[in-house]
Amino acid sequence: MLIRYLALILGCQLIGETITVATDIPVPGPVIGMVILFTGLLIKRGLPHGLEIAGGGLLRHLALLFVPAGVGVMLHIPRLADEWWPILLAIVPGTLIAIAITALIMQWLGRNTISDGDRV
Amino acid sequence: MNPPDLSEIWVYLSQRPLTGLTLTLVAYALGDWLYEKSGHYPLLNPVPIAIAVIAGVLWVTGIPYQDYFEGAKFVHFLLGPATVALAIPLYQQLDQLKRSGPALIAGVIIGAACASGAAVGFGWIAGASEQTLMSLAPKSVTAPIAMGITEQLGGLPSLTAVLVILTGITGAVLGPFVLNLVKIKDWRARGLAMGVAGHGIATARALQVNSIAGAFAGIAMGLNGLATAILLPIIFGLVF
Repeated sequence: MLIRYLALILGCQLIGETITVATDIPVPGPVIGMVILFTGLLIKRGLPHGLEIAGGGLLRHLALLFVPAGVGVMLHIPRLADEWWPILLAIVPGTLIAIAITALIMQWLGRNTISDGDRV
Repeated sequence: MNPPDLSEIWVYLSQRPLTGLTLTLVAYALGDWLYEKSGHYPLLNPVPIAIAVIAGVLWVTGIPYQDYFEGAKFVHFLLGPATVALAIPLYQQLDQLKRSGPALIAGVIIGAACASGAAVGFGWIAGASEQTLMSLAPKSVTAPIAMGITEQLGGLPSLTAVLVILTGITGAVLGPFVLNLVKIKDWRARGLAMGVAGHGIATARALQVNSIAGAFAGIAMGLNGLATAILLPIIFGLVF
């Protein structure tokens, strides 16, 4: 019954979008839909096999889904050319510094709950 | 009646949704094939390859992006349901979530702030425009969520998609070197940092290296999406 679970996923999104529009919460509708689905799974205490298949089908090729928007880079070539230096700085050192700080903090926060399997 | 000449057929085809949709799938299949062939070499990520191929075809044929998107929007639409479906892997990692609970949640929130703060900070110091800053802010969040956030902030979702992909590739390729440099000996911390800063692309890399790192990267990606989607619009609302 794949259709039922696809309908469930779309239904969660629809409720999420409705909440976003109705309440002016600045959170994307699908994110609220994700929270609704996650809460539902917690209450149900189990993942239906059909939902795993329907959701897995969507997530397996997640990367494909952002190609159409990515092609939109064509419309932004002048901006990228104008602002290549701030964008490069934000992406390369910005991302690497975030990785270093996050890992150091997580290693420190997790120092009491570490088990042997966690050690490199 | 004469048969239509080639240019008429071309004009007809270039305006059909089917053309943009087919082009999207063919270009992605090509990128995916190259990625498999290269043994998952990070720089040959299928997404930038597909984007380059499609942009090249559109540029050569002169098809406007808007006409292409008439077909590609069917793929684009699935981003919403896919975001909802991220609840499934998050639920599957529930045991890991409980085991390291408070450290994990604190790590993700601090990491999300670092990733977004470093992006906006560097961009601002180097003189990026406000719209570019808005598009940079969610760059470490998985693409479907990041694009939604940018839309809320008033940035450009399509620019964000490109920045997100570049960020993921940077994290996946250079992240492990940085983690060695600062001597991270806990797989949970290595995975979490990769997932927070480099979303799905870096998570895929973490999964290849170690299963605990992969699980924490996956959780971090999902929670970061959630935390950033909730906190960033509120913070930006206060600042701008």
